Amino acid sequence: MSQVSEPSSPRSLTRQRASLLPDGAGRWALGGGLTVRTLSDVLEQLDALDGPEVALDLAELRTLDTAGAYLLVQLDERLRAQGGSLRLSGQSPDHQAVLERVAESMPKPETDAVVKLSLMGWFDQLGRKVVAALDGFTQVLAMLGLFLAKLVYLLRHPSEFRTTALVHHCHQVGWKAVPIVALMGFLIGVVLAFQGSVQLRQFGAEIFVVDLIAISILRELGILLTAIIVAGRTASSFTAAIGSMKMREEIDAMRTLAIDPAVALFVPRILALLIVLPILGMIANVMGLFGGAMMAWIELGISPGMFVSRLLDDTSLDHVIVGFVKAPVFALIIGVIGCHAGMQVGGNAESLGTQTSSAVVRAIFMVIVADALFSVFFAILGI
Amino acid sequence: MAETVIELRGIINQFGTTRVHDNLDLDVYRGEVLGVVGGSGTGKSVLLRCIAGLRPPQGGSIRIFGQDALNCSEAERRAIDARMGVMFQDGALFSSLTVRENVEVPMRTLPNLNAKLRAELADLKIAMSGLPYAAGGKYPSELSGGMRKRAGLARALALDPEIVFLDEPTAGLDPIGAAAFDELIKALSETLGLTVFMVTHDLDSLHATCDRIAVLAEKRVMYTGTMQEMLHIEHPWVHEYFHGPRARAAVDTLERNA
Repeated sequence: MSQVSEPSSPRSLTRQRASLLPDGAGRWALGGGLTVRTLSDVLEQLDALDGPEVALDLAELRTLDTAGAYLLVQLDERLRAQGGSLRLSGQSPDHQAVLERVAESMPKPETDAVVKLSLMGWFDQLGRKVVAALDGFTQVLAMLGLFLAKLVYLLRHPSEFRTTALVHHCHQVGWKAVPIVALMGFLIGVVLAFQGSVQLRQFGAEIFVVDLIAISILRELGILLTAIIVAGRTASSFTAAIGSMKMREEIDAMRTLAIDPAVALFVPRILALLIVLPILGMIANVMGLFGGAMMAWIELGISPGMFVSRLLDDTSLDHVIVGFVKAPVFALIIGVIGCHAGMQVGGNAESLGTQTSSAVVRAIFMVIVADALFSVFFAILGI
Repeated sequence: MAETVIELRGIINQFGTTRVHDNLDLDVYRGEVLGVVGGSGTGKSVLLRCIAGLRPPQGGSIRIFGQDALNCSEAERRAIDARMGVMFQDGALFSSLTVRENVEVPMRTLPNLNAKLRAELADLKIAMSGLPYAAGGKYPSELSGGMRKRAGLARALALDPEIVFLDEPTAGLDPIGAAAFDELIKALSETLGLTVFMVTHDLDSLHATCDRIAVLAEKRVMYTGTMQEMLHIEHPWVHEYFHGPRARAAVDTLERNA
């Protein structure tokens, strides 16, 4: 059944406006084109139609699409519910077919079970969230365990180890992060020296700016800020890479091909982080001391020679050790959270986005929590 | 012969130095279901993307509804696009929206529809595509492949287009689902007067739905005609295609039903 019953193609009149005109008592004539684009012309009029029997003449109607037919069928249903009826006349066979098609597939809403908000419901939600959070934590621990287990396995089966992947990830995670980490370290040193000198000058204790810079950078800031930057860069890229593989069933494919995703994907990534994070931390430390020394020279006139000798005499090696002990822990946190979030990605692109951002947030948060715990730990040990 | 809605003349499509289409001509008539077949790599999908305006050809002319679709203003092209709907292979639904919201997306371009009516019309399109009402509130990732295709069709039909492009509508469906989809397309094209441009590999679907078949081979449309005419063409590829072991079964069913 084609629609070329009229000389000028009826569909070219899509833009034609719809009109509803009275045609005697209880009789109406629908004219023009009643389509999804022109519905609003007669929508209010049709809604206002009322009465026991409404007759609608469609003889002058040129075009009718499913949206228009929907209005008519809906009108019919409404009138019928009120005990009235709608009588259509003069419709062309094409329009009748559309009307029948629409009438047959009128959507029938299913009444959804209304969820009542109550105190119990609120507790229920809260409980579920707490359990889900604990569950997520257990899963991250499971990922850590998986990594360690696979690491031991690889020590016993070194031939399965993917050296190329490790080098590649070291390059991605480490080498490419050097500029940003170096710049960050330098700026932190500059800021500390500047702020410290302003305060210390009041007491005439300018020389202690060396201790301030050395202790704060070596012990805390160098490695912590490096870890935060790496968490932002790397946790997100781990999640995105593994997540998109998960989304396209590549990980399932690996499993069927007897490739262990943990060996192929997780171990090289986390191991690369373990290797490069201390190196990046060292770069940040050196650059921080350099920046601090420069600023101390400019601002307070402490010569580089004096800075170095003061640094070597006064700063205990403990600070450096305390700083570097944290690096592998931070690396593990970032790598494990990144890989775990990647494996949580579901079937759609949106979950990739949410998992990526949540991986970054969680990694940074956990790094800071771990740093706080380290502080308490070292304070108790008295180092 | 009915009015020509799509007219392709001398279409040239090229990727680097490989020419996919060379001087390709094709007419699509109003109200027909045209099936486009061809071996892998003969550029069926490229042709579809060309007409749908997703990829301008390197040469030739495309007229849609009698209007030049390549050399026209952006507003004119949008007006043409508004009268066409495309169903992509896997539905290409927006994954962050529910099915109902997906179907509503094209309707949002019309300022005269209020939110309630839009949702109702979306539900109508979902029902017309043969999906249960509850599917409207679900996300694409919660649907099976066949349901995603139906949802894609519902979105393509959202604005009651005159031409619908279907890219392998039955690929990946089970035979029952595929047959139901064929019937759906046939029924929609008959009752709504839709013109359907369908790229397919499915011989059953060609038998069941297509009024006319266009065979892409040797960089152009080699043959067009009905299924019966296709069976008598001597060209080796066409012969193999319509007389191969898989085709025979489909032809048998056709003859049994005839």
